[in-house]
Amino acid sequence: MTERVVVDLDHLTRRFGSFTAVDQISLEVYEGEIFGFLGANGAGKTTAIRMLCGLLLPTSGGGHVAGFDVLTQSEQIKKSIGYMSQKFSLYVDLSARQNLEFYGAAYNLDRRTLADQIAALTQRLSLGEFIDRPAGSLPVGWRQRLALAAALLHKPRILFLDEPTGGVDPVFRRTFWGLLYQLAEEGVTIFVTTHYMDEAEYCNRISIMHAGRIIEMGRPFDLVRDHGAANLEDMFINLIRAQETTGATH
Amino acid sequence: MQRIKFIARKELYHILRDPRSLMIVFAMPVMMTFLYGYAINMDIEHVTLAVVDQDKTADSRDLVSRFYNSGYFDRPAVAPDLSDIEQLFRSGRAAAVLIVRPGFGSALTRHEKFDLGLVIDGADASLGAAVQAYTTALVNQYQIDKLPIGTHPPGVFISRQVLYNPDLKSSHFFVPGLLGVILMTISALLTSITIAREKETGTLEQLLTTPVTAREILIGKLLPYVVIAFLDGALIVTFATLMFDVPFVGSHLLLVLFGFIYVATALSLGILISSVTKTQQVAMMLAQTTTLLPAVMLSGFIFAIRNMPVPLQAISYIVPARYFVRIIRGIMLKGASIEVLAAQAAALVGLMVLFMFLAARKFSTRIG
Repeated sequence: MTERVVVDLDHLTRRFGSFTAVDQISLEVYEGEIFGFLGANGAGKTTAIRMLCGLLLPTSGGGHVAGFDVLTQSEQIKKSIGYMSQKFSLYVDLSARQNLEFYGAAYNLDRRTLADQIAALTQRLSLGEFIDRPAGSLPVGWRQRLALAAALLHKPRILFLDEPTGGVDPVFRRTFWGLLYQLAEEGVTIFVTTHYMDEAEYCNRISIMHAGRIIEMGRPFDLVRDHGAANLEDMFINLIRAQETTGATH
Repeated sequence: MQRIKFIARKELYHILRDPRSLMIVFAMPVMMTFLYGYAINMDIEHVTLAVVDQDKTADSRDLVSRFYNSGYFDRPAVAPDLSDIEQLFRSGRAAAVLIVRPGFGSALTRHEKFDLGLVIDGADASLGAAVQAYTTALVNQYQIDKLPIGTHPPGVFISRQVLYNPDLKSSHFFVPGLLGVILMTISALLTSITIAREKETGTLEQLLTTPVTAREILIGKLLPYVVIAFLDGALIVTFATLMFDVPFVGSHLLLVLFGFIYVATALSLGILISSVTKTQQVAMMLAQTTTLLPAVMLSGFIFAIRNMPVPLQAISYIVPARYFVRIIRGIMLKGASIEVLAAQAAALVGLMVLFMFLAARKFSTRIG
């Protein structure tokens, strides 16, 4: 792992009316790292990831993704990242191949590169059997692989995955993470949100979000040790409970 | 350019993958044309006409039989008492009385002036006006048939002349305008849901993480529907001309050209609606309310724009149907040329640019 910073955030904040969804988060992510974003539902993970992908403008603070400013250079950011949302968001009435062709065009890939990429990803993600079936008819796990393929077409430097393995069986999750490791080996930085603790353990580093703020960040093993917890799940629950009690006494 | 092409192609896949919706897209305008075409029919037929023939010549009998054979007029069920016409009208046994005084036959042969008497029940103003017009037309035709070629008719009867729609069939007047109204409603509806649907399903969020621009999305989505809406238009124009016997005296090519411009304008309005709404439901409702009512009321389809209050006249300038109703009537009924209609077409292009410009400004490549 090199020490090149590919994502840095400086007090990034997003408010919706009087509600602060993301509250002054600051962090750095290094090239080739798998960075986990943990937190309960509603902690602000999705809002944060949307700001990093150029889908949402921050209310205050700022940051850089792949060297580009999140406030002003979302067009350049979009060319360097791949994004997979929580919910399957490809076109269910189009075949897997048509979806990939469409996204290839969206990323301005030329015909040749697109054909090569589709062939390579189909093989790598074992999508061959499903490639000409409507995306909506694929089993959940295969849909997620297809979504991953769509996000990888243009060989992005950074991959943002928002709860990529929701509703998928453990075997599928294991192979999915195998793929993520391979990608990280190839130098792709992976920014992933999850609330599965076993997945969090696969990450190089994790940050734990609560009520819009990052309350803890570090290597999973170090965090467990420092908090004197039995495992990551215990540490996470204790941390959230502690936050909620201090929040309640205010 | 390539991205616009792929967005258009994807949109076309969506349309073709869903044959049931596609059927509705084509069946609905035909149904609307059929229903509205019959419902909005201001023609009168089978008016009970009583006749007082005091002339009793072959000519007068011939004239009277022409009235009854025209399809507009029926004989009274029972021989009416013609001494009291008011009573006849009040009881509803007749709506008009034609009086042929003695001397009609001889006046006709001598090419002399002659006055026919016509008494009309004016309680229904539009019926009265129609009876008057039909009578004039019938009598004029009668004279033209009777007199030797080259003779000038005496002219007594020619109280008015009806241009372009000699039969005074209201369908000739209404159906072309109706086509404009239906095309407007259908087209705007088609595009109004395209972006809203992607917002609902979440596919737009994924699309917006790519470097695709707002303009590419909007134009790419517009293009395939131009083809669909145009085919819709061709279908209902053909259907209406066959069904309602509406003449088509002008250039088909010209209508094709202006039809393309019109549907593109209507579709742009749908795109604008789609870019400001979040759900398909709201988008559809907005498309209906912003197209149907203005197209019916403010386009000159039924009501003459020049007779409206000034504020309504001003609003009518942003109603695309206003321009197309004039275009389609001009082409189908009068055979108007491109020079005559160019200003209307230019106004449509202007509105299309305005709608797309506003859509591009309102459509954000960000969410939330």
